[in-house]
Amino acid sequence: MSAVPAAPARSGGMPAWLRRPNALWLAVPGLIFLAVFFAYPVGELLSLGLRNPQGGAFSLAAFQRIASTDVYLRVLGITFKIAGNTALWSLLLGYPLAYWLARMPDLFRGRMLLFVMVPFWTSYLVKTFAWMIVLGRSGVINNLLMGSGVSDQPLELLHNEFGVMVGMVHAMVPLAVMTMLPVMINIDGRLVQAAQTLGASPSHAFWLVYFKLSLPGVAAAGLLVFISSLGFFIVPAFLGGRRETMLAQLIITQVQELLNWSFAGALAAMMLATALIACWIYDRLFGISTISGGEAQEGKGRIRDLGLAILALLARASGLVADTSRKLIGKAGNRVLLPVFAWLMIAFLVLPTLLVIPLGFTSSQFLEFPPPGYSLQWFETYFSSPLWIQATIRSFLVATATAFAATCIGGFAALALAHSRTRWGGLIFAFFLAPMIVPRIVIAVGLFYLFAKLGLVATDLGLVIGHTVLAIPFALVTVSAILKTYDVRLDQAAATLGANRVRTLTSVTIPLVKGGLIAAFLFAFITSFDELTIAIFVSGGIKTTLPKQMWDDMILQLNPTLAAVSVVVFVIVTVLLLLAERFRRVS
Amino acid sequence: MTGMRGESPPKLVVEGLCKRYGATTALEPTQLSVAEGEFLTLLGPSGSGKTTLLQLICGLVEMSEGRVVIDGRDQSDTPVHQRDIGLVFQHYALFPHLTVEENIAFPLKMRGRPSAEVKQRVADALGMVHLGHLSGRFPRELSGGQQQRVALARCFVYQPSVILMDEPLGALDKKLREHMQIEIKRLHRESGATIIYVTHDQEEALAMSDRICLMNHARIEQLGTPRDIYERPRTAFAADFIGISNILRGAFVESQGRRMLKTAHGVFHLPADAPAPGAEGAALVVRPECLHLGNGSDNSLSGRVSEVVYAGSETRVIVTLGEGQAITLRLPAGVPAPTLGETASFGWDSDRAVLVP
Repeated sequence: MSAVPAAPARSGGMPAWLRRPNALWLAVPGLIFLAVFFAYPVGELLSLGLRNPQGGAFSLAAFQRIASTDVYLRVLGITFKIAGNTALWSLLLGYPLAYWLARMPDLFRGRMLLFVMVPFWTSYLVKTFAWMIVLGRSGVINNLLMGSGVSDQPLELLHNEFGVMVGMVHAMVPLAVMTMLPVMINIDGRLVQAAQTLGASPSHAFWLVYFKLSLPGVAAAGLLVFISSLGFFIVPAFLGGRRETMLAQLIITQVQELLNWSFAGALAAMMLATALIACWIYDRLFGISTISGGEAQEGKGRIRDLGLAILALLARASGLVADTSRKLIGKAGNRVLLPVFAWLMIAFLVLPTLLVIPLGFTSSQFLEFPPPGYSLQWFETYFSSPLWIQATIRSFLVATATAFAATCIGGFAALALAHSRTRWGGLIFAFFLAPMIVPRIVIAVGLFYLFAKLGLVATDLGLVIGHTVLAIPFALVTVSAILKTYDVRLDQAAATLGANRVRTLTSVTIPLVKGGLIAAFLFAFITSFDELTIAIFVSGGIKTTLPKQMWDDMILQLNPTLAAVSVVVFVIVTVLLLLAERFRRVS
Repeated sequence: MTGMRGESPPKLVVEGLCKRYGATTALEPTQLSVAEGEFLTLLGPSGSGKTTLLQLICGLVEMSEGRVVIDGRDQSDTPVHQRDIGLVFQHYALFPHLTVEENIAFPLKMRGRPSAEVKQRVADALGMVHLGHLSGRFPRELSGGQQQRVALARCFVYQPSVILMDEPLGALDKKLREHMQIEIKRLHRESGATIIYVTHDQEEALAMSDRICLMNHARIEQLGTPRDIYERPRTAFAADFIGISNILRGAFVESQGRRMLKTAHGVFHLPADAPAPGAEGAALVVRPECLHLGNGSDNSLSGRVSEVVYAGSETRVIVTLGEGQAITLRLPAGVPAPTLGETASFGWDSDRAVLVP
C-alpha cells in the first residue's frame, strides 16, 4: 500500500465521509421521519398538558384537575391495577408455555410457535368479539353450564373485572411468550445438566440456574406487557363494565367528545410517564439492552445474595411440591403435567377465535352458539354493503402503502445499524423501537393534533404516515434478525471480486435477505391492516378503515355481519402471517 | 477385564450397559471395570459411542439395559444429582451468573456443607488450579484456559468417586492443550482421583492414560495400556486409528514349510507370536519406525520415493509401491534420506510386525 503514495491525491479534495460514506447515513431518512411524526407530536402533546388551554401559558391546571378529581384518580388506579395484574398473569401462564416451547427441537418448535404467533397477530377487535360471544349471558360457556345442568342461571362473566382480565391476559400471553422465548432458547441446556451432575436436584437446577438465567426475559416480558396494557381500550370497553374504565378510554372521550386537548395531553403525559418509569426501573435492574437480546448485567452485593437466597427457597419449596405430586400421580404423571398445561394454554389462546368462524356462517339473525343452521347470508351482507367494501379497500391500500414505506425505512435502518460500529447504535436502535414501547393512544392523540394543524385529518396520507410510525419497529426487527445471521464476508467477497457498493447490495445482499424483506413487508402490512387506535382519530367520517368500521358497529350493536367480517379479517391476517413466517424462515 | 491395580475392588463397574434409540444403537452392551485411582481414556472417532457411554455412566442419558456399579453399589436407578460423579463438560458449562468462587462452591452448597468448610475447600481448589486471584470474576471475564481450570476446580472440589471428562480440551489451541494435559495429569496424581476421560485425539490418549479403551461402531474395539494398543493392536482399525500404520493385506500360504502371508507386494514372514489362523486372510501391521532402508531385514519391499517430509527430530519418507499403496517410513535424525523419485528398498524384521484379522 505504502508503495503507491499517489493514490490519495487522485480523489482530490473530497471529504472522507463522502468518499467512504458511513453506512449510518442510511438510517437518516428514518430518523427524520420518526422525529417529525413520532417524537415531535408526542412531545407536543406532553407540553399541551402543561399549558393553559386558552392562552398557552405554562399551567399545571390539568394536573391539578386530575389530582383533585376522584374519578380520574380512580381510573388511574384501575389502569395500574389492570395492567399490573395482566402482566403478572401473562407471566405466570406464559412462562410454562415458553419453557415447553424452548425445550423442543427447532423444527417442531417452529410449528408449535404458530399457535402463539396467530393469536398474537389476530386483531384485538376479533379477539374481543370472540370473548363477547364466549362469555356473554347467552354465550358459549353459559350455554354449556346451563345445558349440562351445572348452573341454573347464567353466570356474570362479562362487563366486570373477570371479563377484562380474561380478555387482557388472552391478548397479552402471546407477547409475553414471544419475549421470553429467545432468552430461554439461548440458555445452554448443558448448564442444567452440569448443575445436576454437581449434585443439584432437578428443582434446584431449574430455579438456581435455568430460572435465574431466564429472568431478564421474564422481566422484559413483564415490562412490555405492562406498558402495552396501560394503553388498552378495546378490551375494557367491550368486556369491562363502568368500574373497569381505563385511562385510554378517558383520553378518547376527552378528545372525541369534549375536545379538551390540554386535558387529554395531561392524561397521555401521565400514561407515558408511567411507561418511562417502568422502563427506567427495568434498566436499573437488568439493563435495557436485554430487550433486544443483549447480555444481562449481573448485579452485585446484598440484593444479589438476597435474590439467590430467595431462589434457593423457591427451589426447596418446589422440590417438596414435585415430590408430593410424584407420590400422588407417579413419575409418568409428573412428566405429562407440563405438556398438558401447554396444550391447555394453546387451547385458551386459539379456541375462542376459532369459535367465531361458524358464527360467520350462521343462518340465524342472532349470535347464538352453536348456530341453528348455516348460510352465507352474512357474507352476502358484507360483500354487498358499500360501507364495508370501501372500508376494506381502504384498509388494503393504506396497508400496502404503509408496508412499502415501513420496509424501506426499517430495512435501510437495519442495514445502517448492522454495518456501522458506532457507539450511538444502541441509542438509534432504541429510538426506532420506541413507537412499539410508547402506548399507541399517546402516539395517536399526538398525531391527531399535528394532523389537525397540517390538514391531514381524514386523509389516507395521514393514515399511512401514522401506520408507518407503528410498523417501522416490526420491519426493523425482522430485517435486523436476518442481517444478524447474514455473513458480511459475502459482501467482502463480492467487493474483492470487483463489485462496487451498489452492485454488491443489489446482486448479493438483497437477493440473500429477500425473504426477510418480504416478511418485514407482510408484518408491516398486518400491523396497518388491523390497526384501530390511529384510525379512530385520523380516519374521520366516511373515510373509515375496516377495523374502524368494526369498532363503530361493535359499539352500536353486535350482529352476525361482524362475525362474517371477523372471519374475513382473521383469514387474511393468518394467511399473510403464515406467508411471512415462511419467507422469514427460508431466508 | 480387571483394572491395572487388580488387587483392590474396582471403583466403577459397567455391566452389559447399552443404549438404543429406536432402531439405532448408540452403545452395544458393554463391560468395563475401572480401578481406583486409574486414568482411563475412552478414545474413538465421533459417533463411536464414547460420549454415550460417559453420559450413561453419569446418568444424563437413561440406559436401555445394564448396570452401573460404583464402589460396589448399584447406581443404575440413582438420579444424576445423587450419583457422586463429577463431569467436566466439553465447553465447561460454567454458570454465567455465578462468580468463579460461587461456581466452585456450587456442588458443596448443594450437598449442604457448612459455610466455613465451603470457604476453605473453595480456597484450596482455587489454589490447586492457580486461580486464587480471579475468584470474584465472572466466567465471561476469563480466557478459555482459565475457564477450563475453573471447570476442573469445580469438579475436583467435592471429591466425587469418579470424575468424567468429556473432551475437556477440545476447545483450546494446541499449545494450551498440551499445557493443560500436564495440568490434568498433575491434578490426577495429587488427588488420586479415578478419571474417565473422553477424547478423539489419539496423541492425547497415549500421553495421558493408564489404560485406553478404544471404541468404534458403538462398542469397545480394544482395551489396554497405551503401549499395548500401540504395539499390539488387535484389529486393523486399532492399528490405523492410533499412530501411523502400514497395513499389508493378504492370504495365508505355506512356503518353505512355514506359514506366510501372500500380499500384492510379495510373500512375507509372520511374527513368531502370531495367533493360529482363524481365517484365510489377514493383514500385517508395520509401524513406520520399524521399517529400515536397505536390504538387511528378513522381509523386503521396494518402491518409488514419492514424498520426503522433514520434521526436525525425524524425517518421514513416503514410498509408493507398484499397486499405488503408499508406505510411510520414519528415519531418525542423522540417517540420510533418499531423494525424491529414486527407487528405494526397505524392509522389517518379522517380529516387529503385528498380525491382525
